[in-house]
Amino acid sequence: MTAKHSVKRGISLYSYQEEYFLRKLTLEQCIAQAAAIGACGIESLAEQMMPGFPRLTDAFYEQWHRWMAQYHTVPVCHDMFLDTKRYKGRLLNEEECVQSIVRDLKHAARLGCKVMRMLVFVSPELLEKCLPYAEQYDVKMGIEVHAPWHFDHPWIMRHVEMIQRTGTRHAGFVPDMGIYTKRLPRVMRDRALRNGATARILDHVSQAYESGVLCEYIIAEARNMGGNPVDMGYAEASRHNVYSQPKRLLEFMPYIFHIHAKFYEMLEDGTEYSIPYEKIIPVLIQGGYDGYLSSEYEGNRHIQDAFPVDSIEQVRRQHAMFSRLLGESSGAIAAA
Amino acid sequence: MFDRYMICESGFQNRQIGGEVSGFEFGARLPYYRGLGLSMVENIEVSVDGQPVPREQLRLKLREQTYTLTEMESAYEEVWEMGEVAHIQVLHPGGLNPGPHTIELAETLRISYMPFPITGRDTKTLTLPG
Repeated sequence: MTAKHSVKRGISLYSYQEEYFLRKLTLEQCIAQAAAIGACGIESLAEQMMPGFPRLTDAFYEQWHRWMAQYHTVPVCHDMFLDTKRYKGRLLNEEECVQSIVRDLKHAARLGCKVMRMLVFVSPELLEKCLPYAEQYDVKMGIEVHAPWHFDHPWIMRHVEMIQRTGTRHAGFVPDMGIYTKRLPRVMRDRALRNGATARILDHVSQAYESGVLCEYIIAEARNMGGNPVDMGYAEASRHNVYSQPKRLLEFMPYIFHIHAKFYEMLEDGTEYSIPYEKIIPVLIQGGYDGYLSSEYEGNRHIQDAFPVDSIEQVRRQHAMFSRLLGESSGAIAAA
Repeated sequence: MFDRYMICESGFQNRQIGGEVSGFEFGARLPYYRGLGLSMVENIEVSVDGQPVPREQLRLKLREQTYTLTEMESAYEEVWEMGEVAHIQVLHPGGLNPGPHTIELAETLRISYMPFPITGRDTKTLTLPG
């Protein structure tokens, strides 16, 4: 019997990137798909599915709100980007960075989003400079805690220090559940094999990662086994991925505005191959998380070379899993 | 990512300027999940039937505007949208003969949140109708 909770189901439209890229789905159709599976919280990336950004028209925003009403969906989060390398030979200065972030805060507010995903490379100093604007537009800026960072990483600890020192309610976190990658994704391993990696070395790396062996050791072992460049690329995955302690979410719950429910491969049995949602969701319930679990399907890039991608089915399976783990009485989520 | 979709299957054709066949073009997309400002498309490399095309002979036609690779470096306001088909034009007097041709394409993107640029690569055999 699952405890009472306020965890809500949502989706980042990033999950439908394959279909959108190939123009099999429009933005509206992505929203409709989300609504059809009860993923009512909509996270969007303007630079992905809103051509013309940052010069979107009034008509666009009016259409967006009509869609939200029509499909009974809620705008939750806007994912910003920051082109620090826009100019060859120099980085954007601090004032230019602030201007760019303010541009995104305005857009998030116009969409009706209460949360903006901040790329993890945004420093605590830059984030602090943007607080007055976040307050003005009443949009909470959530630093994406993304693998290989995690909640006890020094960079994230500096963000925590800033949030606690200022007492702000407008800076916090959007953890990506890839920080709980227990096993390297099978789709990544199989792609490496198709690209010319050595099965013996791939399996050694996968097994060592799952056993918690230090990534520097795994990389050295792969090299000693005679790893070719593709083998070494997979060995490096042990450095880019991380398995950290799901229970650490409890300490930071007041600062967690939104969650990226990252996944690479939903199996037919309703589990994710790499990420133990059955361990994570009870922690969210225990911690009183009242935001959205926002699907982020990222398996397409690993399989698109050899297989047809069906993001719609992958997301449906993930939401069927959420529905079960959240104790929703309706249970299964049917395919459309 | 999206490398296999970089070279489009349709849109391969010879081009004419003033009645003369000046070269050829093909449709192309970015190997990336979001649109990118043109100033951050660091490099485009094309080989045709195994022959690399010199940089000066490449153009990118994005919607109504055509750019050399050098002009792209300062195209700060133009965005090549995610999944959008632009056209890579190759100056090649006389164009290509009808029939199959192997096109190799590499696009290098300067992504701000990564410490190094990313390069996507695609190779396709496209057929010029005769």
